[in-house]
Parts: sequence; C-alpha cells; structure tokens
Amino acid sequence: MTIVYDDLGDEAASEVPVRKIRFTINGQKKVAEVEPRLLLADLIRRGIGLTGTHRGCDTTNCGACTVLVDGKAIKSCTMLAVQVDGREVTTVEGLASASELHPIQEGFKQEHGLQCGFCTPGMMMAAKALLDHNPDPTEEDVRWALSGNLCRCTGYQNIVKSVLWAAEKLRAEA
Amino acid sequence: MTTQALDEIKIGGLGASRKRVEDDRFIRGKGNYTDDVVLPGMLHMEILRSPLPHARIKSIDASKAWEIPGVHLVLTGEMMATRNLAWMPTLSYDTQAVLATDKVRFQGQEVACVIADDPYIAKDACEAIEVDYEPLPPIVNPWQALASDAPVIRDDKVSQADNVVYNWEVGDKAGTDRAFAQADVISKLELHYPRSHPSPIECCGSVADFNRATSKLTVYMTTQAPHIIRAAVAMVAELPEQMIRIISPDIGGGFGNKVPIYPGYVCSILASILLERPVKWIEDKTGNLISTGFARDIYLKGEMALRRDGKILGVRMHTDADHGAFFSDAQPSKFKIGLMHSAFAAYDVPVAHLTARGLYTNKAPGGVAYRCSFRVTEAMFFQERMVQAAADDLGMDQAEFRRMNFVKDDDFPHRTPFGFLTDSGQYAKCLDVGLAAIGYENFRKEQAEARERGRLLGLGISTMTEPLGAGNSREYDILGIKMFDSADLKVHMTGKAILRTGARGQGQGHETTWAQIVAHELGIPADDVTVEEGDTDTAPFGMGTYASRSTPVAGAAVAMVSRKIRAKARKLAAHLLEVSEEDIEWELGRFYVRSSPGRGVTIQECAMAAYSNMPDGMEPGLENTAYYDPPNLTWPFAVYIVTVEVDPETGVWDVLRMVAVDDCGVRINPMIVEGQIMGGLTEAYAMSSMQFITFDADGNCVGSNYMDYLLPSAWETPGYELHSEVVTPCPHHPIGAKGIGECAAVGGPAAFVNAVIDALTGTGVRNIDMPVLPDRVWEAITYRRDVSGAPPVRQD
Repeated sequence: MTIVYDDLGDEAASEVPVRKIRFTINGQKKVAEVEPRLLLADLIRRGIGLTGTHRGCDTTNCGACTVLVDGKAIKSCTMLAVQVDGREVTTVEGLASASELHPIQEGFKQEHGLQCGFCTPGMMMAAKALLDHNPDPTEEDVRWALSGNLCRCTGYQNIVKSVLWAAEKLRAEA
Repeated sequence: MTTQALDEIKIGGLGASRKRVEDDRFIRGKGNYTDDVVLPGMLHMEILRSPLPHARIKSIDASKAWEIPGVHLVLTGEMMATRNLAWMPTLSYDTQAVLATDKVRFQGQEVACVIADDPYIAKDACEAIEVDYEPLPPIVNPWQALASDAPVIRDDKVSQADNVVYNWEVGDKAGTDRAFAQADVISKLELHYPRSHPSPIECCGSVADFNRATSKLTVYMTTQAPHIIRAAVAMVAELPEQMIRIISPDIGGGFGNKVPIYPGYVCSILASILLERPVKWIEDKTGNLISTGFARDIYLKGEMALRRDGKILGVRMHTDADHGAFFSDAQPSKFKIGLMHSAFAAYDVPVAHLTARGLYTNKAPGGVAYRCSFRVTEAMFFQERMVQAAADDLGMDQAEFRRMNFVKDDDFPHRTPFGFLTDSGQYAKCLDVGLAAIGYENFRKEQAEARERGRLLGLGISTMTEPLGAGNSREYDILGIKMFDSADLKVHMTGKAILRTGARGQGQGHETTWAQIVAHELGIPADDVTVEEGDTDTAPFGMGTYASRSTPVAGAAVAMVSRKIRAKARKLAAHLLEVSEEDIEWELGRFYVRSSPGRGVTIQECAMAAYSNMPDGMEPGLENTAYYDPPNLTWPFAVYIVTVEVDPETGVWDVLRMVAVDDCGVRINPMIVEGQIMGGLTEAYAMSSMQFITFDADGNCVGSNYMDYLLPSAWETPGYELHSEVVTPCPHHPIGAKGIGECAAVGGPAAFVNAVIDALTGTGVRNIDMPVLPDRVWEAITYRRDVSGAPPVRQD
C-alpha cells in the first residue's frame, strides 16, 4: 500500500519525516509510509479507506474507534500508526467472512443492539476481545468489558443481550 | 374479509417487531457517515476557537498560517464580512456570529478557519494564527447578566441596551392570584435544570462541494433537518435554491444537537465556493461540547396553591433561561420558551400563570431541545419535583396525591392550565401498573424498616405528558415555515416500492418502520419497500426529525400517501375485475368483488396494471405525494418509578429498580419502541446522575471533553423494566400512533431525583440540583441543606 501526499515542494517534503511500517490488517499484509504523528485511526480510515472504524472523542473515552491489535481491544484514536509496525490489526470489516456474518454481528441485529450505528463497530470489537478469551461471560462480565465504549442511543441493555446472544451461538458452534 | 387476506405480522406490518434493515450496513462497518464521504480533490478545514469567554478582538494576524505549505485558505471574520457572511440568522430571529469580528462572546467561539491539504496541516496552521484579545468581564449566570453594571454582551445589536433576550408570559394572572388567596397551604420550590449537552458520539461536520461548471452546491452534512438547511443556505448565501443539494447521510446520533446551523457548515460552504474544491470539516469532541447546541440551563421557581385535602388550586411559575451569547433555540417561533407551558398537563389544575425571561450570557448558544419537544423536559421536571414537594408539605402519600389530582380518563378532551387541548389519557391506570410492578406497599414497609437500621432507601415517581408532533400549522412554525411533513411513495410495476419522507432519522429506524406503515396500508410486504431520507434533491419537503415529530407527522404522511395509492389501485382493480368501484372490497393486500370474494386482484397486480393496462383516460403510474398538517399534537404519557439506595457516608446512590409504563398509542414496531424508551431512560439517568457541563467564575467551560463530561457506560447504567399494558390510540393520527423517542428522557430525570430526595426524608432537604453527584448528596446529608448547581460568581 502506498500513501500519496500532495507535493508541497522539495523544501517542505524534506521537512516531513516519514517512517516505513509493515503490518497486517484483516489478514492482509501492508506496507505504509507514515508521518510518525499519524494516528492509527487515521491510517485505518484515510490511509486504507476502512471507514467502519469511527472517531468519536479523540481522548480514548468513547471507544467508537476500537480495533484489535494482536487480539487485544485498543482505541485507535490515541495509538500512533507507527506503533502497529510488525503487528496484526483487525477492524470491524474483518469480522465477517465473505459469505457470513460473525455471530456478534448477528447478535446485534437480532437483539436490537444498535440504533444510529456509530458506536457499533467499536462495541463489537470490544465484545470480540471479550469473547475470544471468555466464551461464557455473565451479564456483569459483558458490562465490565464494554465499559470503555459509550453508546448514546440504546441504554446498553440490548447491547449486553446481543453479546450474550453471540456468546451462546459461538459456544454452540464450537 | 376473506381467508385470502395477508397476515399483517408476517408481511412486517403494524405491530411486527421487524428486525431493522439499516442494521445490515452498520454491523458491517458500511454505514456512510459524513466523515466517511471522500470526494476527489477534497481539502480539510479546521476551526480556531476563542480561549476567552468575553473579549474584544484587537487584531488577527494569520500571515504565519498562510506560509505553511499545504494551506489553501485562511478565513477570518473580516473576510466573511466582505461577503456579508460574518453573521447569520438563528432559528429564533436572532443573529449569530459565523466568525467573530468585533468581540468573542463565549469560550470556544469560532474565530478563524484554515483549509489545507490535510487536517493535521490545518490544525498546525490554526496554531500559527495570532489573535490579540482585550479581555472583558465574563457573565456566567442570569443574575450577573441582570446586574445594573453588567456589560452588554450583544453590543452588536443596535436596539439591545441590556442582556435580556425576552420576557414572555402565558396563563391567567388574576385568576391565579385569586387561587393563591384561597389556598390553605402554599408549597414552594426553586431549582436549576443545569446545562446539558446532547453529545451524540458523532460530532458535527460537513463536506461542501461547489461545482463551478454546473453552479451546483452539494453539501453532505450532519443535519436532522436538511430541507431547512437548504432554505437557509439559499437565503443567507443568496444561491438559487434549486442549485443547492443538502444530503444528510447516516447520522451518528442527533438528540437535538444537529438541528441548528453552525458556523463550521457555513465556512466549509464558503471555502468550497472560493476554492472550487470539496472542503471537509469534521469537528472534534471539544469543539462539539463547547460550541454547539447546549440544552436546558434554566432556573425554575414556582409555587402551588393547595387545599388542605390535597386538591391543587393553582400554580405560579417563573423561569430564567440562560441562552448563552446568541438566542439560537430551534423551536416554534410563537413560543419564546418553547413548550414550557405544557407543565401540569397531567393534572387537573384550574388556573396557572407562567412568566419567562431569557438572558444573554458568555456561554455557547443554548436552548436546543435535547431529546425533548421544545423545553417540555424542563416543564415536566419542574412539574414532578413540585408535585413531590407539595405532597410532602401536605404530609400526603406521593401516589395518592397524584391520583387525586390527575385529569380523569373521562374528562378528555382537557384544556391544560396553560391552554393546550389534550385529547386522551389514562394516568391513573399507568400509575397503578407502575405501582404494582414496583410493589409499592412492600417497598414503603421495607423503606421504613431500613431507615431504622440507618439505611436510606428512596422511591421516586414521575408522571409525564409530552406534547409531540409539532405541529398543526396554525400554531407551529420555524422562521415562518409551517411545521407539516411529507411522504412520497412510488410503487413500481412489479409491486415493489420506494418511499421518501421529509424527515431524517438518526437511529430511530425510519427505514424499518415507515415500510411497516406502507405494509399495513397496502399489503405490500415491508421487505419490498425501500425507504430513503435525507437528500433534498429526491425527498419531498419536510421539517426534519426532532421533537419526536417523525411518527406523528411524517409517519402520518406515510399512511396518507399509502391511502392515496390505494384509492387509485381500487380504480385499477375495478378495471381488472370488470366491476364498478362500488362493488370492490379491500382486505390486506387484495381487492375483491363483494358478491364473489374469490374473485380478486392483489395490490401487485394493480401496480402492474398502472403501467401496462390502465383504463382509458386514467393517468398512468402509481406514484403519489402527501403533505400532512396534523390537526393537533399527539399526547403520549407515562409513569416512571425508580427506587434507590443512598449511602449516607459517601452520598453515592445506586438505582435498585426502574419501572417505565409508557403509553405511546399504537406501536408500529414494539422492538424499536422499547429501544427508544431504554435510550431515553439512560439519558434521563445520565442527566440526573453524572452529565455535568458547567462554567467556572471566569467563564471557562468545565466538561469540555469526555474525561470531564461523564456519560454513563454499560457498567453504570441500570437495568429497566418496561410495561406496555396501557394503550390509548391517538384519536386523530391515521394509525393511532404517538411520538415516543423522547418521553423517557423527558419524564425520567424527575423520577431519579425524586427517589434520592425521598431517601433523604427527615433531613429537611427539599432539593439537590442535577446532576445529583455524590458530593452534593453528601453535602445535603451532612449539612442538612439544599444544594444548588448554579455556576459560581467571582467574589473578588
């Protein structure tokens, strides 16, 4: 992958420090040249064009930008792109296979776990990080695992149900 | 009806908890929010904001910003003024600065904009702009604004000699005075409904794209009311309205925050016109919290005249609203303080009088209806806090006092003390359902026993009536534009359809529920009806989505346009069946011959005939548009009951249970209705417990980011018990539905606060202002005094 910058003239170009990084996103290997200050959320959204990862608060509070880095849920609005050098990133676009939805995605639809949908990708990624290491969570486990993700529409009750729905389906499939 | 009628639930009609069609894109991360819009050659805009709440601008030097490579344009107020765009009209007949020229009037006010290749460069360049300010004394509350020596904030307005925005009154003053003269007991209450920010997770933004070759301006933006924006842009920017296309793509929550017109939108549009390239502006969270539509910030004081036996004789109210630096409320123009006078709609109050005053302060412009029908939240909050205080003063039971004073089911239509005509209600039944659910008698016993052991339990009741669905065109307009709404239905020859409305959902599920209304009216399966909203080039004119007006107004228009289509389909059916129209009967999905019910044609067959086999002289096609002007508001009502336990040592309070009994008439999609109620309850909990955005004595905004402005997460949010046993269909809505999106946020806060105050019975504490933070509860318990949340004033 290449990131194309506007040509700002030789002098300006030489002022912009660039680092080359290699990483994997949703199973695909990528190389990128990035400014060291570039945020991971911007690399994902603007560099790669995966707009399912949303920016909400820029202060690591709302969780709309949650992605997995090496399987752990992190907030990409306050991680630098250069920090994923050599690592594996999964975004909401990596949840479903070409033909079927991930049970977490199905759960959110079945249990009306979303309204405006803006927080949903981050919620689902946080839920994935939980279910990957705790396949049989209690309601309290789910509430705690999602406590870094804010939703203004649903009141969370149906989000919790969605995650429990997915956990049950995943256990049945396992 | 014959046995061939369709099963309404199976086709996704009224009453089906149909899964949402919009979910399919959102769960895949394929939504299309404003920040997802990328256009060729697009530039990025950032805004420089004032660090001071009140200051004269001596000079702005942007030369260093212009020198930064990648910067295309720096806009300042001076440049805007040369195009007559330094100021813009608000939705309440005031003006608002787009970019400051003379003074800054609140912290976070827009001072300059930079447009650059990249948002990072634009941010760098904003920091390079040097602004020389001469600080002026800030005004942070209405009392300061009223002081005789207060600086005049709006010295830009020739006729403005003080900081008063308006004085307004409604009701019967003489009659109210007489009621108070006859009272056995007069109960008083004063409180502050604090500023609150709707704070959708998605901030505001726009992508403006002016094409010089076609002269067309396309703007993708986060707006709940795209047609109003189109009209405003046409008038302010003096562009021909047909050359303006406003597209409101997916919206990441609105709650009223995305109704007003913000300077960022205007600047991105002007920048695109000047640069002839698309310009994207995406606000950051701090920008959103400190500069866009706040809600509430109103001081309410009132008194209730009571007879010894508990009968309410009259109510007197006065409000002082802090509007910030510009009066930009988005509300019907005839009502200066919104629908504040909906107060006491649930109760048989013979007479009442309300005076309202609005004031300018050095804060961001406020007064948006945050999940609320134009200030009804403040009205209902005061009503239910006042009712609790009155019952306490009389030594009466909270439930009994309410029951005694409710408007009785048989007394509708009922004229409220401030003049609304409500059409229906079953308040006592709602209360009974709620009390039974919570186990009222048992809880009172448990509470008394707990108190003996030093545990503080409390129970709070809140009754809510919301005037929803603005509105009838006699009374409701914004800037003179009547508040009707619209639907446009095109049934294609294969029987599939596309529906567009003048509303614009932001998570309410219009794409799902509008199709259900079509299914109910026409028998076309909901899955065969695509719903589109938010594009002014394709959608019929409408006033947008806020104040829970979509179902009452646009939803009604969907039913009415479907009926127009059915009327034409009936003619086509008569033609196909070779009988006269009078001999045709309708059942869901099918017309048949009355005398021979087996002979019939489906709605799909009629659709095909409209394009292939219409009778001689009939206009071809099966498409129509309806504009709906409702005869009245709809009047959903509810009872919310909360129980809490307060820790007397720390002031921390936990919700034990929350019961909600909502009557919103016919529920189109019960699953979605319940989702709306739970969302509203959570915002009620948030406002009453933790959402705290205020100002210090120097006018600095406290709560300008999510680390300070606390929103409840899944961890703090309580569970809810919802009840739908009480159903009173709206008598005038075509399908008997009422609004619901905001009810719980309107009625909920008083239930939480009443519960905490109830837990403090015996301490003499009458009021703790929201948010009822643990330190405030601790202060109330420890010092046995009320706790005010009004911003402090400098004493030096």
